[in-house]
Amino acid sequence: MTPLIEAKELVRIYALRHGPFSRPSFVRAVEDISLSVFPGETLGIVGESGSGKSTLGRMLLGIDPAQGGEVRFEGQPMPRLGTPEWRALRAKMQLVYQDPLAALDRRQTIATQIGEPLDIHRIGPRESRAGRVEDLMAAVGLRPDQAGSYPHELSGGQRQRAVIARALAARPKLLVCDEPVSALDVSIQAQVVNMLSDLQEENGIAMIFISHDLKVVRNLADRVAVMYLGRIVEEASSDVIFQSPRHPYTKALVSSMPIPGKKLEGRVILQGEPPNPAARPSGCAFHPRCPVARDICRTSTPALRSVETGRTAACHVVADNAAIAA
Amino acid sequence: MAMTAATANLVELRNLKVAFDGVQVLHGIDLDVARGEALGLVGESGCGKSVTWLAALGLLPGKASVTGSVRLEGRELCGSPRSTLEQVRGGRIAMIFQDPSSSLNPVLSIGRQITEALAIHRGLRGEAAKTEALRLMDMVGIPDARRRFDLYTHEFSGGQCQRLMIAMALAGKPDLLIADEPTTALDATIQAQILDLLIRLQAETGMALVFISHDLGAVSQVCERVCVMYAGRIVEEGSVAQLFSSPRHPYTRGLFDAIPRIDGPRKRLIPIPGTVPNPKTLPQGCAFAPRCSRTTAFCETSPPSLLPQKDGRKLACAHPIELAVAGKAERKVPEDLLQ
Repeated sequence: MTPLIEAKELVRIYALRHGPFSRPSFVRAVEDISLSVFPGETLGIVGESGSGKSTLGRMLLGIDPAQGGEVRFEGQPMPRLGTPEWRALRAKMQLVYQDPLAALDRRQTIATQIGEPLDIHRIGPRESRAGRVEDLMAAVGLRPDQAGSYPHELSGGQRQRAVIARALAARPKLLVCDEPVSALDVSIQAQVVNMLSDLQEENGIAMIFISHDLKVVRNLADRVAVMYLGRIVEEASSDVIFQSPRHPYTKALVSSMPIPGKKLEGRVILQGEPPNPAARPSGCAFHPRCPVARDICRTSTPALRSVETGRTAACHVVADNAAIAA
Repeated sequence: MAMTAATANLVELRNLKVAFDGVQVLHGIDLDVARGEALGLVGESGCGKSVTWLAALGLLPGKASVTGSVRLEGRELCGSPRSTLEQVRGGRIAMIFQDPSSSLNPVLSIGRQITEALAIHRGLRGEAAKTEALRLMDMVGIPDARRRFDLYTHEFSGGQCQRLMIAMALAGKPDLLIADEPTTALDATIQAQILDLLIRLQAETGMALVFISHDLGAVSQVCERVCVMYAGRIVEEGSVAQLFSSPRHPYTRGLFDAIPRIDGPRKRLIPIPGTVPNPKTLPQGCAFAPRCSRTTAFCETSPPSLLPQKDGRKLACAHPIELAVAGKAERKVPEDLLQ
């Protein structure tokens, strides 16, 4: 089976200027990332702020062009940003952002906005579009009488439902969700997470779910990739990755997560701040904070390689241990 | 009797009510904070957890009408003059907020901002103030404090800005620190560091801590006692162990169920249906009734009051969930929640 979307050795570098005459410094937001998502599958991407997870999401949709490597959608190379081919392809892949209020137009009713992709991509006869909007609203759990509401009249959860309905309008094959539930309260978050997983199951949509919340990702994703400073450091199925993390960063991430009713004692608390992506440490980017770093970690960047069946990790120590075990 | 009550508790809120433009958002909060205790306040956005403390410290805008009583060691704060409040704020009771970068002044150096607080609340000037400021920066874990004394806020990361905010809050040697969602804007690994710092500082200084958060996990790590708020009222209050092992209010229970789990089999989440009511059109009876699975006709007409229970907790529910008896619980709480 060919993957729906496949990325090979993606690189994205931003130039940062600190003043009008200063030399730019370069931020390697995404470095050497390869991944693939199969139809109907959900890939979770987790990492802290500045890890490049949002940039990666945008690159997979072709919104941020890759400076190195390539993205293939259904086996074909991604057309250039802004070309008619790219626009046509956008009907098949949609993006849901964190902040629904910013993603919606304040001066249009939500029904108009949900129907807009149908008009843009000329999907179905004009007369049937109103019916399709009603179906979409029902699918995401909005009441028919809310069709004429403006975004400010809805609650945060309802707005995010409207954004998801709009993203589903063109019957996409891929949905990239960038922190879609992070701004919502816990009780509403659970509603939207359940809805996303139902919609995905009914429509067979592949999903890339980007979030800093390990618990939500674990619940939705089939596979999870953990990012640190622009690179994937560990990837495995969501059933095992948080249960038995191998990479020291994944271990720290799992350990730092507050679990209701459990005290903080006995947890791994990482010292130090996440380093500035503009000043990436040499070798393994995680070595200044890593409790098990060795000499080799300071000089050579570990490659992402298979450490056990169905799991890859980019760590010298984990790779050595895997070699000993094998 | 009144004397003993006054000395036992550091802060006592009685029937605290707040209305904005005639819309009541806080419906009579009764809350005690004992010396040196860590109290958690949990609830979803708009439930009034922040407003409670902003009102108590007189920090709400003029259009808010605040009634009720706020006593600090028996002294009434509600309605007292600005000069009194200014001695309390920062000196006796300090507050830190969610977004440290917007609470710090971007055009003043960090050293100056901390020494300013020291000058106002402790009358320290010159070298003495600088030495104390450096000690505070050390205490909250800012590495190389001496060299970074003259840096500006943009030169610090988000986690460090929150540490600096905490250092400023500690400048007045407060008896009570109110931390309003102090870790919400931070990354997971940094959040763990700040929680660890708060626990350590509280143990070292012996101050009381009110930890306001929507994150039940974070609250349970820091606090001994927790109040759950919904739509401007406290609905359940008890020790962390009580609430987490056997939540009795259906809303508390719902909050626990809605959190996705990190271990065990992956299961469908159990959301609370519906949304938080608009304060303008609050239900006549229990505010949670429209979303509750245990609602009866009684709940729809009469709002329950917060009543003490046999096991020491307080509860505002006409039809609470039965106490979990081992093996007989209706829906058993997963074992590791109890550890």
